[in-house]
Amino acid sequence: MGKMGDKLKLKYESYRELPITPLIKAGISKLVETPWHLHGKPQVDQAKCIGCRLCWLYCPEGVITVRNGEVEVDYARCKGCGICANECPVEAITMVLR
Amino acid sequence: MARRIAVEDSHAVALAAKMANVDVIAAYPITPQTHIVEELSRMVSDGEFDAEYINVESEHSAISACIGASAVGARCFTATAGQGLALMHEILFIAAGNRFPIVMAIANRCLSPNINIWGDQSDVMSSRDCGWIQIFAENAQEIFDLILSAFKISEDDRVLLPVAVNFDGFYATHVVERMDLPEEEEVRRFLPPHRTARYKLDPDRPLTFGAIGFPAIQFELRRQWEEALCNSKQVVKEVWQEFGRIFGRHYDVLEPYRMEDAEIGFILMGGSSGTCRVAVDRLRERGFKAGMIKLRLFRPFPKEEILEAVSRLKTLITVDKHICLGGLGGPLFNDLRSLFYGFQRRINVAGFIAGVGGRDIKVEDFEHMFEKVVKGEVSPEKHVFIVRGES
Amino acid sequence: MAVSQEYFKTFRDLPREDWFVCGHRACQGCGEAIAVRLILKALGPNTIVVSPTGCLEIISSPFPYTSWAVPWIHVAFENAAAVASGIEAGLKVLARKGLLEKQKTNVLVLAGDGGTVDIGLQSLSGALERGHDFLYVCLDNEAYMNTGIQRSGATPFMCWTTTSQVGRVKRGNLTWKKNMPAIVAAHRVPYVATATVAYPLDLANKAKRGIETEGPAYLHVLASCPTGWRLPPELSVEISRLAVQTGFFPLYEIVDGEFRVTVEIPRRKPVAEYLKPQGRFRHLTDEDIAKIQEQVDRECARLGIP
Repeated sequence: MGKMGDKLKLKYESYRELPITPLIKAGISKLVETPWHLHGKPQVDQAKCIGCRLCWLYCPEGVITVRNGEVEVDYARCKGCGICANECPVEAITMVLR
Repeated sequence: MARRIAVEDSHAVALAAKMANVDVIAAYPITPQTHIVEELSRMVSDGEFDAEYINVESEHSAISACIGASAVGARCFTATAGQGLALMHEILFIAAGNRFPIVMAIANRCLSPNINIWGDQSDVMSSRDCGWIQIFAENAQEIFDLILSAFKISEDDRVLLPVAVNFDGFYATHVVERMDLPEEEEVRRFLPPHRTARYKLDPDRPLTFGAIGFPAIQFELRRQWEEALCNSKQVVKEVWQEFGRIFGRHYDVLEPYRMEDAEIGFILMGGSSGTCRVAVDRLRERGFKAGMIKLRLFRPFPKEEILEAVSRLKTLITVDKHICLGGLGGPLFNDLRSLFYGFQRRINVAGFIAGVGGRDIKVEDFEHMFEKVVKGEVSPEKHVFIVRGES
Repeated sequence: MAVSQEYFKTFRDLPREDWFVCGHRACQGCGEAIAVRLILKALGPNTIVVSPTGCLEIISSPFPYTSWAVPWIHVAFENAAAVASGIEAGLKVLARKGLLEKQKTNVLVLAGDGGTVDIGLQSLSGALERGHDFLYVCLDNEAYMNTGIQRSGATPFMCWTTTSQVGRVKRGNLTWKKNMPAIVAAHRVPYVATATVAYPLDLANKAKRGIETEGPAYLHVLASCPTGWRLPPELSVEISRLAVQTGFFPLYEIVDGEFRVTVEIPRRKPVAEYLKPQGRFRHLTDEDIAKIQEQVDRECARLGIP
């Protein structure tokens, strides 16, 4: 909460500046980083990947992309739940604790 | 040219909603409001105007459906009374705080227990702090006019707040009165046929409505809402002035009666003001300098206008139809005594509570209140109940 | 028998784009978040979403952030179906009066189990009976999770929650889960279905079929909750799969009253395989598990599942 409160304080010096009700523009939580990684970070062995897209579909955050046979993870927004590693049919993803 | 008609007050409400060309009506039957929605249902079924009539399964859903409809830019209307308003309570705040224009007619009815369908103001007064614009009307013409103008007030970009128009259950809803019904084109000059919504649920411009307010922001949002409600008074006055210019009937936030040289005056809201006027006339005939203020706008509370209206008064008699149980009398008494405390000139406030549970307030009752004040029998510390065993 | 249309045959048929975006505050491995992503992929951006109070509302809209890339509204806990009724009616009449560019916009409710089977049941029943054209999705994580894992009417038999504690005298929740899809089906609505995130194409197709159905549609999604189910987050999808494979949560649809199993399970696994990994069932004895197995068998027999 502290961090978010600070950002808000910076943004709104007075109640008069707030949008009414309050309305928020769509999808701006994309700006928020959630690198929780309590169970480690997913590490992808690109050579093993068969491009099935299960990891992309099962990611609760939607931060895995599969493009041209390459799996990309947005680590700033990956929470490290490990579903991708658990569900990968060829065990191309492993959770690595730092 | 307007047409003079005889109309049941409930049907005057329905006529106002129809002439406002509402898009969505969501309502649940409850006495004494039912004639309103029956008439609206008939109008929609007969194709007199095009609206979606949602037969909701409760008042809670009625106001919720109105929020949904309002959020997509529809003009919407509902009506309720007593227990129905109490069931809406939670959602009333959300309708106002999230700034949804909605117009609601409230046929004021006593809250249970004991179950009682008759008119007092305990329903609306229990919802006093919900942040709605609260207006009180006396008769068919006023009800029609104020509901029509409520749409314009509610939808104004400077306001965007729901408006409740209150009137007495049974005393108003179930009587037939004469009224001037304006022509369609006159109404269209006053109120556009459709709402233009500045903010709405629109896939082309997606917005999030009703987000969580953390402590870091909630207070500011509440302050913003309070300011919007207080500032709406100016818009209410403007809209009623424009109404007067078009229709020739002039309304203001309050209506003084024989107040010019009055020393003791009544203040009250709703239908009993008609009876009170007769009492004031009789007291004047008896040589008393009596007067009356009919309060039309209750929230936002028109402080400045009231102070101006009472500037020559010695004592103001408040007549409340609701008891703030365990508190300090009725809501008007509370508000006005607070307002006058610290005012440069001392004005006594004598608080009376009458008409609870649909009990008649007769002309004699008003005279009796007045006499008690003249005789010095009402101490400022104590409010008086016009009830058997007291008063 | 009516053949249900397959809108999505492979994952490639689902759009890359998300309309429920990252940065939300869901716990790790949240099944609900996966389901919502999938449902919005199936429905696309021409959708208005209504959510009652619940996990989803809490995680997605902490002002000034929102994870919704579609128009979204939260009003209160018990009235999502009523709000959706108003939205649907409003859109309908405005379109009829020629005041909208789009002739049709999807109206979608994304609710939790508390907001559906408990406090929101009345408003949902009213909206179903009135026949509004919308899709109501119940994301069922089987308890009030955002307030801290309290029992709801959807909590399973013998399950531990913070208000159905396991003690010497009482051992967890002593009632059977409310059969919400059957209650909805009793309203004679044109489309009722169940789904889980473990069968994503089944889920996406059902959401699409629901929204394409004229009139009210209802989708009951078992949404795994690692936090409340006391489960390692990586098992979130796997446990949803076991729920189906053990017959604990069969996947079916009821189209115009016609019942059909959509994911056939030729040989059901023992229900213990579903219960054992979950801390909320940790206290169960073999006898308790046998009792639950018996109930699952009975329910499957009733639905014609081998």
